Amino acid sequence: MLSLLDTKILKKLSLEPKLTTSALANSLSTSQPVIWRRIKRLESIGIIKGKRLLLNQELLGFGVKVFLGIKLATKGVISLEDFERAASAIPEVQSIEHVLGLYDYRLRVVSRDIADFERVLRRRIMTLPGVGQVEANVLLSEEVLQGPI
Amino acid sequence: MLKKRKNMLDDLDKRILRYLQNDPESSVAKLAEEAATTPSVVSRRLASLQESGYVLGYELVLDWSALGFEVQVSLRVTLDKTEPSAFNDFLREARKIKEVLEIQTFLGMVDVRLSVVARDMEHYQQVYRDFILVLPHISDIEALMHISTIKMDRRLPI
Repeated sequence: MLSLLDTKILKKLSLEPKLTTSALANSLSTSQPVIWRRIKRLESIGIIKGKRLLLNQELLGFGVKVFLGIKLATKGVISLEDFERAASAIPEVQSIEHVLGLYDYRLRVVSRDIADFERVLRRRIMTLPGVGQVEANVLLSEEVLQGPI
Repeated sequence: MLKKRKNMLDDLDKRILRYLQNDPESSVAKLAEEAATTPSVVSRRLASLQESGYVLGYELVLDWSALGFEVQVSLRVTLDKTEPSAFNDFLREARKIKEVLEIQTFLGMVDVRLSVVARDMEHYQQVYRDFILVLPHISDIEALMHISTIKMDRRLPI
């Protein structure tokens, strides 16, 4: 489905997302319109979802990132929906993944410091509908790799 | 006079960062319009925000299932901490595995988490057996299979 050129574009862009179409065209010895069309196509078939701004969270005062593993106490379609809706509305919750295994959900929570995290955990997370066992792991470091492109 | 950025952002910096978070591909002209200032001011502020380390850069967001990687697994690893170099050895080798998208280290029940993608279950089994299980100093490993993403919003409430 992907041409060799598509793969090369993805590789270059994943290393340097702000590369211009003309720089890409130069380094891949093709023309700018070709690159532009390829990128538009990769976007339209959903492979490229966009770009994300990377900010220094510590400098901006969000020093504590915690991943929560949550097990629901009661299961069933209704409780899943209730839980998901309520959890999505919490601004400190940056991501919610439904998983299969030891936990039902995996949440990424950002907070200013440990005291702030405790507030979020007690007032927002522990009061979510259907919430059962909660495991917290404080994120120390993270790195994103290029992946199998 | 030494030009040093104070460790505080003013309202304009915050506005620019907010708009840029919402639309990372926004042009300087559009940012200026949104933040009610001029393009040259926005350019200067952006350069300064980058220089002082607030803006780290950009990341390309890919949909791995659209690329044909249907299986996404979160591997939670506990390391043998009696070995002083356990973390470094493990991380160094894990970085070499093509199918690993993300490596996170934690304080808590889990030491390291690897986010792994594979084309299908058969491919996953192969990656798991041939590359993951041979990583050094693993004392326990546990898998969470990704079913769906309910929310993915990494913007900060600046």
